[in-house]
Order: sequence, then structure tokens, then C-alpha cells
Amino acid sequence: MTKMGEGQGTSSTGSAPPGQLSRQRLLHLYRVMATIRRFEEVACQLLVDGKIPATLHASIGQEAVAAGVCEALEPADLIVTNHRGHGHCIAKGVDLKAMMAELMGKASGTNRGRGGSMHIADPAQGILGANGIVGGGIPIAVGAAYACRARESGQIVVCFFGDGAANEGGCHEAMNLASLWELPILFVCENNQYAEMTPQRVHTRVKDLSVRAGAYDMPGASVDGNDVVAVYAAVEAAVRRARAGGGPMLIECKTFRVRGHFEGDPQRYKTAEEVARWKEKDPLTLLKTSLTGPGGIPAGELEAIQQEIESAVREAVAFAEAAPLPSPDEVLTHVYAGA
Amino acid sequence: MRELKYWQAVNEALFEEMARDDRVCLAGEDVAEPGGPFGASRGLLDKFGPWRVKDTPISEAAIAGLAVGAALAGMRPVVEIMFLDFMCLAMDQVVNQAAKACYMSGGRLQLPITIRTLCGAGRNNGPQHSQSLEAWLCHVPGLKVVWPSTPADAKGLLKSAVRDENPVVVIDSLSLWTSKSPVPEGEFTIPIGKAEVKRPGSDATVVAVGSMVPRALAAAQRLAAEGIQVEVLDLRTLSPLDREAILASVAKTHRLVIAHDAVKPFGFGAEIAAMIAEEALEELDARVKRVAAPYAPVPFSPPLEGAYYPQASQIEAAVKMLLGA
Ligand SMILES: Cc1ncc(C[n+]2csc(CCOP(=O)(O)OP(=O)(O)O)c2C)c(N)n1
Ligand SMILES: [Mg+2]
Repeated sequence: MTKMGEGQGTSSTGSAPPGQLSRQRLLHLYRVMATIRRFEEVACQLLVDGKIPATLHASIGQEAVAAGVCEALEPADLIVTNHRGHGHCIAKGVDLKAMMAELMGKASGTNRGRGGSMHIADPAQGILGANGIVGGGIPIAVGAAYACRARESGQIVVCFFGDGAANEGGCHEAMNLASLWELPILFVCENNQYAEMTPQRVHTRVKDLSVRAGAYDMPGASVDGNDVVAVYAAVEAAVRRARAGGGPMLIECKTFRVRGHFEGDPQRYKTAEEVARWKEKDPLTLLKTSLTGPGGIPAGELEAIQQEIESAVREAVAFAEAAPLPSPDEVLTHVYAGA
Repeated sequence: MRELKYWQAVNEALFEEMARDDRVCLAGEDVAEPGGPFGASRGLLDKFGPWRVKDTPISEAAIAGLAVGAALAGMRPVVEIMFLDFMCLAMDQVVNQAAKACYMSGGRLQLPITIRTLCGAGRNNGPQHSQSLEAWLCHVPGLKVVWPSTPADAKGLLKSAVRDENPVVVIDSLSLWTSKSPVPEGEFTIPIGKAEVKRPGSDATVVAVGSMVPRALAAAQRLAAEGIQVEVLDLRTLSPLDREAILASVAKTHRLVIAHDAVKPFGFGAEIAAMIAEEALEELDARVKRVAAPYAPVPFSPPLEGAYYPQASQIEAAVKMLLGA
């Protein structure tokens, strides 16, 4: 089990009404979130061990956003993500082995070693690319949504971006265009309280970034981004609306970046109080508690899932470590298509 | 052969490509209902409908991003950035996104994008509507840059750009917009990456592109009256540069003048001069001469602008200097 996308779009098979989730699907969400967590924990250690070059932007603590959003999508739907995108890619079905190999710069990586962590792309899974330019993906996502609409493909596009990216000019241009043309796109602003070292209160006047939707005459909502069911419910409704031709929506998911901006960031700018407060709201713990609570499943069942995840991640690491590095004489390959 | 104005040739190419392939679409400022700020997309909206021909807000980053995203989702977009100067507002999408998506993804993403833009040089359009910024674009691996000099070339190169699997920037010269000459009807393409000898000669080579080509031809004609045979090499494509064609012409004439409207320092002329220095210095019978604009913004007032852009007479003088004539 190296792909997490299999549970996507199972809204017809679940017994729960739309917007609610059967236990089976909650377990699937748990699996996705725990996979993201474990994948990134292991990747961060590999970075420390010198097996991954450069750095990583971990999304630990934000897993409910990736999982809840992608649970509401069909496999054919498209996502555009950002520099903190491992979780989004895992939730959308990227192959863990290929992504781990990419983080290590291997020839069998998702991007054949040309991109690395900030550029994971897997068009076969509808992942149109992560991005190293803050906000750079937003106009691209709108372009993809335009193509979906113009070709009447029935797909919808999700654009993941951060609170910091919301202040890029391209975000404004893209949202205006998407709303003007009523495109099938969801703007998912993952507000993790910080843009690098700068907290939201220092970079943005409004408290709820979703109020900006009003400026484009599209609906906006702010949801608890650590509550996977809340994220799913908001996105599921927005996806249904967009698929029916209702146009775009902006959903702000309030969450917290538990680790540094990049691995190795000493995080002197965070207070102990806020770290403790958000720890109480850890999305994986919350889901686990609700799953194993009264009338719930035995904890052993989650333990079994955890074991499967552990072996899937280990398998990915083994694959990536054994994978060949790109040959230096291929530095010019892929500068142009077919070349 | 029937004659068309330059803009009509562009219009014909767009019509033909959109009719040939329903993945081809067009977006930009004033392109749909108004038919293009300068007429190049007249009639397209009526023929191909409102989802394939889109007026956009004045949002250059979103226009370029639209092209990237639409290409990723299966279309072959043609987008317009009204003036080359405005490319500055789209630079992230053009340089960081469009140019690199193929490489960054190890070839898994491909971007068949055409970005049409207009160089306003020589029309008293002033400092922000006249710049020749082509070297910026050529400096970015992953982009292709073409610049036609005739209506026929405009049609053939644009059709090739639309069919290319890579992002291609097509620069048109506003000063050639209403020039008229024969254009082949129907299927007619010109390969990207190939220069054309627009006038053969044996005494010196003048390399030019776009609206500089007519000035180079005028200089060649005047010099012919004095018995000097100039070869005018129209690059047609700036990137990828047709190095073989330049080397072949220099091997024949042994003298090289490069003319462009862009400022001389760091312009594409420097790349060509350096290439000759590295690969064919022994072919030269004289120094390489660049005829280009001075290192200043483009001035507005006619006498200033007249002094700014290189004229045919300067190309003529440069050739004579190299010949010691
Ligand atoms: C255009 C641009 N400016 C600055 C940076 C440097 N940078 C990388 S991530 C980042 C913060 C982004 O914040 P946010 O959008 O909230 O995403 P988060 O990192 O919190 O997930 C910055 C400033 C960049 N990569 N691109
Ligand atoms: Mg942030």
C-alpha cells in the first residue's frame, strides 16, 4: 500500500449522508493523515542524516487539510500545490516511493530528480505541480480550471496556498478571473498562522482570510483546519456546487505549522503558550480520540493501520535509497519537451 | 500570390490553427469582442465561441498563468501580452513557471503555449511601450523566442509556435503591422530555430531580426549600388539560435554586423559576437560590429527617438568600416 488515493470519491459507497462520513471513510482519512505524518517525520530524519539535500517544508500538524480536501475529490480532479505540499500530494494519491526518491534527487523520482520537494508533480494522479514561488500556483490553478470548463471535462481544480501567498498580486488577479468566469475551482487557503517567521497579525489586516472572497463576489468560509470532518464537509459542499457550475469558492482552513518553516528553523518567534494551545488541537490525536471513543473502534485497529503505514514508508525509503541518481550527462534532458 | 497585411497574416494563422485543433484557444486583453487591440483576432469570437476566445481583465500574471494551467489541463493556449514591456508583469509565470515546468517535472509536464506580444519600437510610443526586451526572454532556458519580419513569416512562425510542445514567445513589430506582401494560402509553416538568408551576398553579413530586417535590406540595397554585396541573415528565431546559419554566412563573407533595436550592452548581438569569437574567429577579416540602441530608456520625442534607434545608414556605415571602404 503505497498510494493513498484509493478512497477518493467514494461518496456513493459510504452509508452516511453527504457531508458526513462513514466510519470506513474516517478510517481512510486516519490512514491518509497518519501516512502524511509518518512520511514527513521520516523525511525530516533523512534530511538530518544527510540523505536528502537542501531542506524540507514539513506540513506536520496540517494533515487534516490535505486529507479532508482530497477526500471530497474524484481521482480525475486536479490539484495545484505549494512548497509545503507533501501532504496534498499524498492525499491525492502520489506514489510514496517516487516522491521519496524525488526528495533524495533520484532518477526514479516523480520529477526524475529535476525538481525536489518543492516541485512534486504527478499528472497521472491529477497533481499539476507544487511550487517554489509563493502564490505562483494560484494563476496556474485558474488556468487549469478554465481548461476544465472550456472543454466541459467535469473536473474541478483545488488550489492549495498559504496565508502568506494570499498577499501576492497574482492571487488577486487569479481570484477575480475565476469568479468572473465562474470556473470550477476551490481556493483552499491553509492558514498555518505564519509566513516564514512572520505571524499573520504582522502581514495581514483581516483576521479571517475568507472575507476576501466577498471582493470577488464568491462565497468564502473559514473552517477549523484541524478538524478533518469539518474540512471535508466544507469542501464537499463547495465541490458539489462547483461541479454543478456554481463557480469558485474560497475556504480558509485555520491550522498550525507545528515544525519550523523549514527543517532546521529554530522557531524563536513562536511562544510556548501558542505551541501548547495548538498541541491540544493536534488533528491526528483529535481524529484518533473520536474514532476510539465510546461506541468506537478498538485502539488495536488503528495500531494495525499504523503498522501498515510504517511498512509503506519504510518501503518507500528503501526504494528511494536503492534508486539510481540521475546521470550527470543528462543535465540537458527535458529542457524542452521531447528533448 | 495574394498579398496580406502583417496583422491579417496573424489573423489568418490564428483562424487556421483554431479550426485545425479544438484545443487551441485565445485569451488576452481586448482579444474577443473588440477583435484584438490591433485587429489580430477579428472574427475569432464569432467563429469559435466564447469559451475558446476570451477577453481577460488587465491581469498579465493571470493571463500567463492561465496559459500555463490551461496547457497542463490539455489545451494549447495562445495568450496575448499586449506590449513586450508588459511582459514584466507576467515574468514570474513566464520565467519561473512556463519555462521550467517541463524540466522541473522531468518531462512529465509539457506546456504547448504561445505568448504573442508586440514590440512598439519606432512609433514614438515612449519609454514603456517601445522596449526591445527579447534578450531577457532568450536568457531563459525552456522558452523559445521568434520574431517575424514579414507577413508570410508571421503566419508561418505563428502556426509553428502553436504546434510546438514548448512555450514560444512570438514578438511582432508594431512598425511592421500594416506592411503588406505575399502570404501563402492555407497550410504553411516556417520551422522554429531556422534563420533565413533574406538577401545573399559575399562581402559582409548583416544579422537582424523583426523590424530591423527591412532596415538591413535597405542598407544592403544602397551598398549594392556601390558594388558591395551584403548578405542579410534574418534570424526569424532568436532562441534557439540558428548558430549554423550564422557560422555559414560568416564563413562565406568573413565580415559580421549585428543590428538590433535593443540597447547594445547585453543585447543578443553580444551573444552572437561571443559565439563567433569562440567558434570562428579565424573566419573574420575584420572586427565584429554591433549596430544597436544606446544604453538609455527609449525617448518619446521624434528627434530623440530618431537618434535613438539604429537607422539603415548606420548599418551601411558599419559595413563600410569593416570593408575599409
Ligand atoms: C515569491 C516568493 N517570495 C518569497 C519566497 C520565500 N518564501 C518561501 S515560503 C514563504 C512563506 C510562505 O508563507 P505561506 O504562504 O503562509 O505558506 P507556509 O510556508 O506557511 O506554508 C516565503 C516568504 C518565495 N519562495 N517566493
Ligand atoms: Mg503560512
